[in-house]
Amino acid sequence: MTALLSLERVSKRFRGLVAVDGVSFAVPEGAIFAVIGPNGAGKTTLFNMIAGAMAPDAGTIAFAGEPIAGLTPDAVCRRGIARTFQLVRPFPALSVEDNVIVGALLHRRDVGAARERARELLRRFDLFDRRHRPASALTLPDRKRLEVVRALATEPKLLLLDEVVAGLRPTEVDRMVAVLRALNRETGLTILLIEHVMRAVMALAARVLVLDHGTAIAEGTPEAVVRDPAVVQSYLGAEAV
Amino acid sequence: MTASVIARLSEDVPHRTIILLGIVLAALLIAPWVVNDYLLTVLIVALYSAYTGQAWNIMMGFAGQLSLGNALYAGVGAYVAAFLFTKFGIGPWIGFLACAPAAAACGAIIGFLAFRFGVAGVYFAILTIAFAEFARIGFDHLAIVNASAGLFLPVQQYAHNDLWRLRGNPMMFYYVILVATVLAFILCRLLLRSRIGYFWLAIREDEQAARAAGIDTFRYKMYAVMISAAVTSFAGVFYAFFYNNLFPEQVFNIGRSIEMVLGPVIGGVGTLFGPILGAFVLNGLAETLNSAMSAAGLDLPGAKEVFYGLCLLLVILALPEGVWPPLARRLGIDKGMR
Repeated sequence: MTALLSLERVSKRFRGLVAVDGVSFAVPEGAIFAVIGPNGAGKTTLFNMIAGAMAPDAGTIAFAGEPIAGLTPDAVCRRGIARTFQLVRPFPALSVEDNVIVGALLHRRDVGAARERARELLRRFDLFDRRHRPASALTLPDRKRLEVVRALATEPKLLLLDEVVAGLRPTEVDRMVAVLRALNRETGLTILLIEHVMRAVMALAARVLVLDHGTAIAEGTPEAVVRDPAVVQSYLGAEAV
Repeated sequence: MTASVIARLSEDVPHRTIILLGIVLAALLIAPWVVNDYLLTVLIVALYSAYTGQAWNIMMGFAGQLSLGNALYAGVGAYVAAFLFTKFGIGPWIGFLACAPAAAACGAIIGFLAFRFGVAGVYFAILTIAFAEFARIGFDHLAIVNASAGLFLPVQQYAHNDLWRLRGNPMMFYYVILVATVLAFILCRLLLRSRIGYFWLAIREDEQAARAAGIDTFRYKMYAVMISAAVTSFAGVFYAFFYNNLFPEQVFNIGRSIEMVLGPVIGGVGTLFGPILGAFVLNGLAETLNSAMSAAGLDLPGAKEVFYGLCLLLVILALPEGVWPPLARRLGIDKGMR
């Protein structure tokens, strides 16, 4: 498998603080890849650099063989990388359906066609019967799903999920995991996720990268990573023992 | 082509809305035949305010960019049209073909400076005020349009209304501004339901999320400013030919910009009916106040402005969404009208 996304010694510092320090990894096409690590490990900074929200200070980011570091977020999205936000931000006053139509219009000119696609996705994520409600009226789990649906509507090749199951109940976590796995299996969508909920990481990811204080301390299959002494020490800690 | 436009216009609109629209339009069409000359002028001013409010709403209500300087675009339209007419005898309709791009270019300059360098929110609003003020002071010294002495269109008695040259009686002007208001309404509805409209709303709601959804926010904000400016410029053309005189101190005055904002704010920012309803509510109440004061023999300069302020205060306190959204819900026609 070829790498769809590859990072080469990517660094980012904020004043004195090194948030991400020379991180390299590659996400193969069609894979589900997770980045885990304690709070403040630099996961979201890493995400923001891939999504174009901030430019790295050093290193290269390549998507489908082309450098993307320093592109604007909209340009990154148009190339096929869609993201969700850790603190969900749907368009509050717009209806659930209109939120998704906005995404679907990225590669479609016709509003009718975008609406068709939006409804298809809303059905898949069990939001179809709530499609006329304003996004602000949804519960948190629904808003999280809406965020994923809106991102998917832009027809990405790579989906970046920032803590998409955090704050959900275990049954809701399982439901989200099932939908994401099905999407990955059926459409070959590549997924890169940041996650705290190990239940979701273990069920979804084929490979895991562990960040701690901005550096990659381990990479491998989820089973191997959770047994790695360095990881247990820094991250899973008391929870795992 | 026409059929598909009509189909798109009436899409998702409940029958009750179409009936209501028909009644309002019929009333507006009949109005000049039943009201006196004074009231006809009041209606013209109300429609003018509805039209300019609709144009302002494109920028603020749809794309979320607060302009407090839209008098600039009306003023540019007015001066370009009046200049072409008085100097070269070019009529207002051909003149508008020059006014619209001129105003859009002014909007583009402001938009470029603001959006390129991240000037947003109230700072953007201040920039729009600044440019309107530049224009006011600049035109005050621009000899080619008579500077502060004012630019006058020749006024004569006309045997017939000359629609092509916009010379005629108030009834002709009434129908011109009515048609313009209807067209602006239709334009806004079509824009709002097309790709550009969805992108504007996304930008208004959350610009960062809109960018993450792949929207080139710079480009779509530029479109909003330029379209709003071009639409507003026709109001200027109308103003020039209706009043026949232009003074920089008046046309570029910040008061004109504020008046364009009041209608939609009172009627409902971001709604299609808000600017129209707001314009009629505001002008209707102001005229009632006016006639009440003259009946009582009072002459208080500035009373209208104080009254506008009070209206604004009341609406913001009692109906923060504006008058239209709660009214639409009451009438049961709040579905599908955006």
